[in-house]
Amino acid sequence: MIFGEHARSAGRTLKALGLAAALAFAPAALAAAPAATTPAPVVAAPVAPAPVVTTPAVEAPVVALTPAEAARTAIAPGGYVPMKPTAGKGMPIDGGYGFQTQYSPNGDYALWMHDKVLMPLIVVITLFVLALLLWVMFRYRKGRNPVPSKTSHNTLIEIVWTGLPIIILLLVFVPSMKLLGRQYAPAPAKALTVKATGNQWFWTYSYPDNGGFEVISNMLPDEAAIKNGEPPQLAADLRMVVPAGEPIRLQTTGADVIHAFAVPSLWFKLDAVPGRINEKVLFIKEPGVYYGQCSELCGARHGYMPIVVEALPRDKFNAWVMTQSGGAIDGLPKPVEAAPAPAAATSAAAPAPAPSASAAPAA
Amino acid sequence: MATTAPETFQAPKDIGVDAHGHAHDADHKPAFFARWFMSTNHKDIGTLYLIFAVFTGIIGGAVSGLMRAELAEPGIQYLTLWATWFDGKPAEMNTALHLWNVLITAHGLIMVFFMVMPAMIGGFGNWFVPLMIGAPDMAFPRMNNISFWLTVAGFTSLMLSAFVPGDATGLGAGTGWTVYAPLSTSGSQGPATDFAIFSLHLAGAASIMGAINFITTIFNMRAPGMTLHKMPLFVWSILVTAFLLLLALPVLAAAITMLITDRNFGTTFFDASGGGDPVLYQHLFWFFGHPEVYIMILPGFGMVSQIVSTFSKKPVFGYLGMAYAMVAIGVVGFIVWAHHMYTTGFSENVKIYFTAATMVIAVPTGIKIFSWIATMWGGSLSFKSPLVWAIGFIFLFTVGGVTGVVLANGGIDDNLQDTYYVVAHFHYVLSMGAVFSLFAGFYYWFPKMSGRMHSELLAHIHFWIFFLGVNIIFFPQHFLGAQGMPRRYPDYAPAYEYWNQISSEIGYTTMAVGMLVFFVNIGYTLIAGKKAPDNYWGEGATTLEWTLSSPPPYHQFETLPVIDDKAHH
Repeated sequence: MIFGEHARSAGRTLKALGLAAALAFAPAALAAAPAATTPAPVVAAPVAPAPVVTTPAVEAPVVALTPAEAARTAIAPGGYVPMKPTAGKGMPIDGGYGFQTQYSPNGDYALWMHDKVLMPLIVVITLFVLALLLWVMFRYRKGRNPVPSKTSHNTLIEIVWTGLPIIILLLVFVPSMKLLGRQYAPAPAKALTVKATGNQWFWTYSYPDNGGFEVISNMLPDEAAIKNGEPPQLAADLRMVVPAGEPIRLQTTGADVIHAFAVPSLWFKLDAVPGRINEKVLFIKEPGVYYGQCSELCGARHGYMPIVVEALPRDKFNAWVMTQSGGAIDGLPKPVEAAPAPAAATSAAAPAPAPSASAAPAA
Repeated sequence: MATTAPETFQAPKDIGVDAHGHAHDADHKPAFFARWFMSTNHKDIGTLYLIFAVFTGIIGGAVSGLMRAELAEPGIQYLTLWATWFDGKPAEMNTALHLWNVLITAHGLIMVFFMVMPAMIGGFGNWFVPLMIGAPDMAFPRMNNISFWLTVAGFTSLMLSAFVPGDATGLGAGTGWTVYAPLSTSGSQGPATDFAIFSLHLAGAASIMGAINFITTIFNMRAPGMTLHKMPLFVWSILVTAFLLLLALPVLAAAITMLITDRNFGTTFFDASGGGDPVLYQHLFWFFGHPEVYIMILPGFGMVSQIVSTFSKKPVFGYLGMAYAMVAIGVVGFIVWAHHMYTTGFSENVKIYFTAATMVIAVPTGIKIFSWIATMWGGSLSFKSPLVWAIGFIFLFTVGGVTGVVLANGGIDDNLQDTYYVVAHFHYVLSMGAVFSLFAGFYYWFPKMSGRMHSELLAHIHFWIFFLGVNIIFFPQHFLGAQGMPRRYPDYAPAYEYWNQISSEIGYTTMAVGMLVFFVNIGYTLIAGKKAPDNYWGEGATTLEWTLSSPPPYHQFETLPVIDDKAHH
């Protein structure tokens, strides 16, 4: 019986597909374990920290800092110069047809899931349906099959084409859940907080951990953007500057109507809703300029409030912070809090591992 | 199991071919005004709905033409000029940009509420549900008339909204078809948004009455012997659709009524500063909005089932599975709404649930696609225009469906939400899914409705040009979305120019030529079409409407047909 044969062959195809999918997940599962600890390696920042701590620019409290703390609070000399974007990095490319290259671990995972799980799956399903349609149109055209069969039921095949999609969906569900789990991993307690507020029609970024200053970011006119070597429509006069290589607690809210903070190359999108604060971890793997655009209709100039994220090494980020009025390095004990510091310093002298362990419970 | 396919009936001798024998009473028609403006005849009302849908489709399609023209290259090309014409004074930049938002809003609302729904449910539903179940008319003919004219009133209100201030920057409602608060409340102070909301109230009331009418008709007026499990699948699809309308539209009505009171009477349902929540509006809207998507496509499923069966000369494969797959899609369609809101700040558990529930919809949808193919399998296919459109529908709906599986994943959607990928996805499902099924149904039944045969040649030419056109418009939009181009933007970075230009200049133009062929075909049919016989599709066409003359008598089935349950299947 043709249907039976067909069902069996379809079954084999799909079983193979399911197996392939299962095999494909295996490396991901293996990769996931080490990946979970990625936020921590901040500790191992290779910058030679010791001499930098005493940079005279800050009234740095004379406290012995752990290497991690020292790296975190180091200030690069030379102040801040806006970074030049790299062509094709963090922005759409001419005539591009895939996703933008990803610069966050979750983006890597999501892109892997899309390119290696979902895309093959939907291409195979579409081609399978197309092939069936073409075969039916060829084989059962009137000229070739003048007498129609009267078959109108086949319980087995109906069970198969109900059951197999369920199995395939369950297989897709595994990486899908894993992706959600990673996206919802909370920020470590010490993570830097940045708050992005959508306004009609510009963004403001405030830095509560760095003295609470605020950056107002407006779109650059096309001519200015081109002069700067930046992509038109995507460039802003002031950027949201953040440190690279560490988790950032990004909060969004709206001042008037709903906006959405979106950066395609970081796989990041979060609505900015008036009266609510949304929060998600943003982790940018390497320094760079990453462009995004408001992604919730917010009125006339909805298309004219781009988002520019500039990720810098921590010491350069700190240098940028010090150029802002009222800017302060997060994590540095404030002068008023200097009293308990010596205690920490003495303890730091002998059992060195203990404080550094306490600096890392983040992960 | 009572799986008798719906073709098993025995027409009484005195209807159908013999209708002319005593057609004098049956064909007595009222005078022009009474017939078309106070109509209570389901076929006349169906015709009115179809004419209305063609008219609104031209307007909605022209609006999309304006949008594609503006998007053909980066920069603002035409909006300032159009805004100057429209507002009657030199337009500032913000006014021009507001006009863009008015265009996207109008395109969405017109196509959803005033083109697809009236054509599918009002047009084909009104015409063929009574014919297919062997009923003389709808259960509530006068309510049917109110439904139609309220739809017209709703459309008028939407058109009026374009001529009153939307907000400080220009005329018209620029809120998007979703009318999200607070952009639609504190963000759009002018009366245009009130007109647009009122238009939805009218269209919604019309649809609720239509739904009541269809449910009553289908449950109570089937010919003797036609059990629910013998109903043609098109009738099943309208029945499920009617329930979706009945349950979903009141929620929309509540949501937009709250918008009205937030806007005008000082309530704060959607305003956090008064204890409300803007996201609540989105929950209410999409609790309606997702079933609405199925409202637009289910009647298309029904039509495609009839057509595939007719031209395969085979009963529909897995009839019961097909019927209950539609019921399942309808039920599950009510519990997946928040996948439209993945980026609003849900907790992880909410996102897990909606991801899982959304993926479940792929199962009944897959059953339908495989059953259509299985219906053709073993059949004797004659490639008349309706079948060609139906096969086009099956393929393009599959393409739109699989990108839905991608978007269902909450974590993946974080990048694609509100980009052109989503635009491409839902246009594959609607602009190709729903619209292809509309054209399939149109060519299937137009001779039955008009009494004249259309040109099959033109219908095929229409198909191929339109098929090419819409694919060239929408397939590149997947690329744009993956590259990050957001929706609802009148201007874009130069990197997006390549695919936008192809979409506009090649795609839209081709599609528009295809539509010209369609209108030429209608003109040809009405002026010079050959007279259509009762059953012009031959032995495969087995439902009750084919026992009647083309066009059917003004009042049909004065003697009810009897469905013979002992017949073969």
